[in-house]
Amino acid sequence: MTIITKEGKFKEFIKRREPIIEDWKHSLYLWKSTKLAMIGSVIIGILLFVVIFAPLIAPYDPFLNNMAERLQAPNWSHFFGTDQFGRDIFSRVIYGSRIEIWIIFLVSLISGGAGTLLGVISGYFGGIVDEIIMRTTDMFLAFPSLVLAMAFAAALGPSLTNTIIAISIVGWTVFARLARAEAMKVKKQPYIEAIRSVGAGNIRIMFFHVLPMCLSPILVQLTLRMGTIILTAAGLGFLGLGVRPPLPEWGSMVSDGRSYLVGQWWISTFPGIAIALVVLGFNFLGDGIRDIMDPRLRR
Amino acid sequence: MEIEVKSEMLMKVENLKKYFPISKSYFSHSVHVKAVDDVTFMIPTKSIFAVVGESGSGKTTLARTVLRLIEPTSGKIFYEDEDLTKFNSKQLRSFRKKMQIISQDPYNSLHPRKLVKDIVGEGLKIHFHMSSNAILDKVKETLERVGLREEHMFRYPHEFSGGQRQRIATARALVLKPEFLVLDEPTSALDVSVQAIILKMLKELKKSLELTYLFITHDLAVVDYMADYVAVMYLGQIMEMGTKEDIFNKTAHPYTLLLMNSIPDPDPHVRRGKMIPQGEIPSSVNPPSGCRFHTRCPYAKEICKREEPKLVKISGTHFVKCHFPNPT
Repeated sequence: MTIITKEGKFKEFIKRREPIIEDWKHSLYLWKSTKLAMIGSVIIGILLFVVIFAPLIAPYDPFLNNMAERLQAPNWSHFFGTDQFGRDIFSRVIYGSRIEIWIIFLVSLISGGAGTLLGVISGYFGGIVDEIIMRTTDMFLAFPSLVLAMAFAAALGPSLTNTIIAISIVGWTVFARLARAEAMKVKKQPYIEAIRSVGAGNIRIMFFHVLPMCLSPILVQLTLRMGTIILTAAGLGFLGLGVRPPLPEWGSMVSDGRSYLVGQWWISTFPGIAIALVVLGFNFLGDGIRDIMDPRLRR
Repeated sequence: MEIEVKSEMLMKVENLKKYFPISKSYFSHSVHVKAVDDVTFMIPTKSIFAVVGESGSGKTTLARTVLRLIEPTSGKIFYEDEDLTKFNSKQLRSFRKKMQIISQDPYNSLHPRKLVKDIVGEGLKIHFHMSSNAILDKVKETLERVGLREEHMFRYPHEFSGGQRQRIATARALVLKPEFLVLDEPTSALDVSVQAIILKMLKELKKSLELTYLFITHDLAVVDYMADYVAVMYLGQIMEMGTKEDIFNKTAHPYTLLLMNSIPDPDPHVRRGKMIPQGEIPSSVNPPSGCRFHTRCPYAKEICKREEPKLVKISGTHFVKCHFPNPT
């Protein structure tokens, strides 16, 4: 008998899992060879880089008014031109990315997370639980989403965080419905019955067996809704219920420049391009992730 | 009704019923599909008990109800001396390691997003607190037992053929060291050549691990190869039950006789005066009055329409549910 040291145990642990490590390497290779996922990751990578290094990249203070240089067309000192208060649009777009990423992160987490969880519970258990959760989503869906978001934003008071909460409360129903439909489909599959006959309980089946099968449509839906999220935030900002004017949120910048669109096109256009690029990046990434995650599409 | 068989019984099922409600409107009284209707049988320890019948006869429902994967409407299920129907969900879950099921469809019975080692090892994770290395060892051992290799552990189900998938499903069932296995048409989705291999494997496993099988099938040739005891089901009821010899050599029920006659004969020159079952199996929502088989029975008399026959013993181990057994 040899004495098994801690180190030896660790080595064995690694050795037993070599095929899994191989699998991860294969995932990496697939990610590299999927063009769309690659483009998406590059766009999101640039976005994250900009978010982190915004103060270093931006040449001007995004809040500084300079009436002498107002409404300048794009030129070498102001890449994206200036707005009606003489603020540098390039700097504002750079700083705006921080707000954007915060909104996207929180809304995805709150409405995506809560919606998926409630949807899976509803679809898995069915019956009275399903009725209660689904009638609640019906109530939310009965209102036009922007009006409902306005009501919540007005009730909570105008601030960025409250806007995020309002959008999340309005948005969770979509994910709940999607997750419920998937859960209902998956729970009837023979492999769920098989795992139940092995002796798994409801919680285990729900989270380890049903939930993973529901994630890919949710992920795709989430990336597709990023654009809507940004635009709803902009809409609320426009109505004075969301992001307050000096904050360089992309959506509110687009709506600010609306009245100057004929003469000074650059005020709305550059933040608009930024929104489009980020939304596109997330869509590509979402599609790519779905393909990589599905073992049936691998190899 | 008393059933006396000498050897020890692992499983006793008494008056088991499973009705599925179908409510077509809120105003009419509820209608039921009587998938399993008053079924009583016993499975001797370390034997293979086969249940045969046409599609729609309630075999699969019976298999699932016996394991309480579907809640029975009424009746008792005894495993040795314990009544499964009295268990709460927690007791039932820990009891499940003693009885496992292998289902009909190997293509959908394995989680498509999980590695084979996780599919097979899940039960160990649930029931025993084992280290992940110990689980891997155990999974490897079990996979080798069903004719797979160690490297198969880190693959996904879609990389396997139907026969191999059924082996994985078998490994998942065996890893917990069960005593009782329900096989729900384990070979019906496979090629004929693979069927033979899987059946051979199941038979060998039964012998080496001293298992008891409840074998559900529609194929009498498979019954002939596998079974010790046979029950013939029709419309949710057992029509005839006994040892394989009783059923195959001393067939007493006209329905069993019809099933026997519908086995294709490979010799084209043999043209027996065959009786072929006529028509479709009737609906189990409104089963025929009296004997359920009278609508298709060539020997049906007036009494068959009025009175339901009882499952009676005609010899030591042989039971039949017919007013006029032993036709011919």
